[in-house]
Amino acid sequence: MTTETLETHQYDVIVIGAGGSGLRAAVAAAEGGLKVAVITKSLLGKAHTVMAEGGAAASFGNLDAPDGWETHFYDTMRSGHFINNYRAVEIFALEAPDRVLELEEWGAVFDRTSAGRIMQRAFGAHSFRRLCHIGDHTGLELLRTMQYKSIHSGIDFFMEVTLTTLLKDGERVAGAFGYYRADGRFVLFRAKAVILSTGGWGRIYKITSNSWESTGDGAAMAFRAGADLTDMEMVQFHPTGMVWPPGVRGLLVTEGVRGEGGLLYNSEGERFMERYDPARMELSSRDVVARSIFKEVQAGRGTPHGGAWLDISHKGAEYVKRKLPAMYEQFLTLADLDITRERFEVAPTCHYTMGGIRVDAESCASSVPGLFAAGEVAAGLHGANRLGGNSLTDLLVFGRRAGLGASAYVQAWQGDAPKVDQATVEAEMVRIVAPFQRSEGINPYQLHQQLQELMTVHAGIMRSGDVLAEGLEKILDLKDRARQMMAAGSRTYNPGWHAVFDVENMLLLCEGIVRSALERKESRGAHWRTDYPDELEEFQRVNYVESYRDGEIQVRTEAVSPMPERLAKLFTYGKAPGLVSPAEREAMG
Amino acid sequence: MSEGITLSVWRGDKDGGEEVGYQVPAVPGMVVLDALHWVQQNAQPDLAVRWNCKAAHCGSCGAEVNGEPKLLCKTRLDDYAGETVRVRPMATFPVIKDLVTDVSWNYQVAEQIPPLDPAVPAPFTMYQEDASRVQEFHRCIECFLCQDTCHVLRNHDGTDKYFGPRFMVKIAEYEMHAVDQGDRVPLLAQAAGLNMCNVTKCCTEVCPQHIRITDNAIIPLKERVVDRYYDPIRTLFRRLAGR
Repeated sequence: MTTETLETHQYDVIVIGAGGSGLRAAVAAAEGGLKVAVITKSLLGKAHTVMAEGGAAASFGNLDAPDGWETHFYDTMRSGHFINNYRAVEIFALEAPDRVLELEEWGAVFDRTSAGRIMQRAFGAHSFRRLCHIGDHTGLELLRTMQYKSIHSGIDFFMEVTLTTLLKDGERVAGAFGYYRADGRFVLFRAKAVILSTGGWGRIYKITSNSWESTGDGAAMAFRAGADLTDMEMVQFHPTGMVWPPGVRGLLVTEGVRGEGGLLYNSEGERFMERYDPARMELSSRDVVARSIFKEVQAGRGTPHGGAWLDISHKGAEYVKRKLPAMYEQFLTLADLDITRERFEVAPTCHYTMGGIRVDAESCASSVPGLFAAGEVAAGLHGANRLGGNSLTDLLVFGRRAGLGASAYVQAWQGDAPKVDQATVEAEMVRIVAPFQRSEGINPYQLHQQLQELMTVHAGIMRSGDVLAEGLEKILDLKDRARQMMAAGSRTYNPGWHAVFDVENMLLLCEGIVRSALERKESRGAHWRTDYPDELEEFQRVNYVESYRDGEIQVRTEAVSPMPERLAKLFTYGKAPGLVSPAEREAMG
Repeated sequence: MSEGITLSVWRGDKDGGEEVGYQVPAVPGMVVLDALHWVQQNAQPDLAVRWNCKAAHCGSCGAEVNGEPKLLCKTRLDDYAGETVRVRPMATFPVIKDLVTDVSWNYQVAEQIPPLDPAVPAPFTMYQEDASRVQEFHRCIECFLCQDTCHVLRNHDGTDKYFGPRFMVKIAEYEMHAVDQGDRVPLLAQAAGLNMCNVTKCCTEVCPQHIRITDNAIIPLKERVVDRYYDPIRTLFRRLAGR
């Protein structure tokens, strides 16, 4: 039994994860006068949010006046293939512009229109030019702005602290436990409310645009603590990741390249999107473009390294360097290629997890009292496919909502602060140092690679029942072997030790993905099954919801809430609501 | 590309350490961080290196490669063909372990900079030419390589005298913002220690985002300090006005 002293902190609200949604949540909670801490496993300002490039969607209509929240709502529901939580989408579309303007007041400097307003660019499956951006580093702008806002908001920060478990007092959340990465020291946070803003789990695939952090820690911890997950089968493959050289495979090529006029070609020089979506072409939704590239490669019309050509050189060097500076630099440095002069290869790369913790649209509350979630770790807004540009605004809209939701929960608190069970904490201490005590065991990095290969083959962009079922067997086998993962060396800044917990979290979520993917016997959005190639009406009415009880994942269906008349009406005009004249509306009732 | 790569990585902690050699198989387009990952996966899982995005967007993996401050994710190994690639932690900051340093001082400095103070509520009317003046500064990824190379901080223990180039860029971002009404010139002249910089441009040279730190941030800020405190005509007016 360990005898080391346990550093303990007490807060009203702890926020786990310091990306855009976590910082926005912390600011909202701190503005309510609560004692708030943000805990991040990285340094402040490094979260995966910085990887977002193209922009933040908000229907200002600065360039396209007919845009408005109704059309943003319409585009988001359509791209989510109608299994989204409609209320979340409504809140999102309504509140997005205010959240972007807040950023402007806090220091973000977006590109400008000639009228001196925020510039907006076209993006896949958005009816109007809608993405507020600063070149192709909008995520960096959002995160840096939130970082400097939050350090002046009376919030405490714990950097490079990894949490391994949530703690509960009866049904309610009571805090979290983990360790400082710098020296391996244990730390306990007691809190009335916990907000999870830990991002997605894109590291489960071999070819991914996701950073080190995206290992699904928050979703896995919440799942173990009793929170429901939903839409786990929905994983987005971004159509355009880098392909060559191998060292950079999967690295994101922003959709902004197509938004700014980039064209896709196959090896025969055809603009193949004509075959799959002639109306929207390169600016079709991500699920469609990714599948189209995949099909072209399968049909033998791929580029030398198995992708499609993307070409933006016709826009001129000056324009490309101004609007896509990071892309220009990325290809020049990492691939010796000048995108202002040459076309380049792209292929799908794992990008985003639409599924996650099932939350209330208004407050971001999960099914565990006191536990809230926002951003990629939460589910419901994006349905079966996320629109580009919606994730950054998601962080702001629902980050704030989670902060307010947690504040209201804390303010309504009656009685004593939640108790933390000492025996549970001691058992966790023993569990997390156990990998050091195995003198023979499995290297977690190698297990991670096996998991990535398995998921790519068995639950990737193209799925079928047999292959998924076989994948599930393999995951269960890996889970068994994962009990033997070991760590060498000391507890001082030990990434191999950390990887043990990353892999455990990813394994649990991978099992969840495959179990829901087996159940959804149709193709919808990002979920493409070759044995059920059609989108089926009956499946539009359900979300797959998972709970974790006694070490087993249980999958059930929950009905998708039908839209009320005022929103359902928006889909009856046969075109984007922004393009419907008042007279036409009148005529249609 | 069957040639192997010879890496020499500093391993150790605050009590000291030494360079340790590793042989890593080469893959086309490989960067230094890939080679370190290979070592973690195949030989030494506890090798400490800080990284997040591996795409030069987050600025976590700053270190020194053959003596030069670099992002490990952006430094191609084929630039060092035939050489031993020596990787060491940033020298300006206290080491935690191996290539990971304690950069917390930078976060303490950040807190001392007053935030944007807009004169009007959003939406701002701001034209692209105004935006362009400061957007360069917004490209900063806070890798702290400029802080690492700045000789005031690196060689003269100047962390109590100078905020360093990163934070001159941050202050310039606010000071040159079209809608900001804050005044950070007294801060620059005093606690921020702008006068410590003698414009050798080392910071500009190492910036992986190609921000022209010295020319576009530091020199214009120095001009503001000089105008405020050292312009003889202004000083005369100030005296006459009794201020």
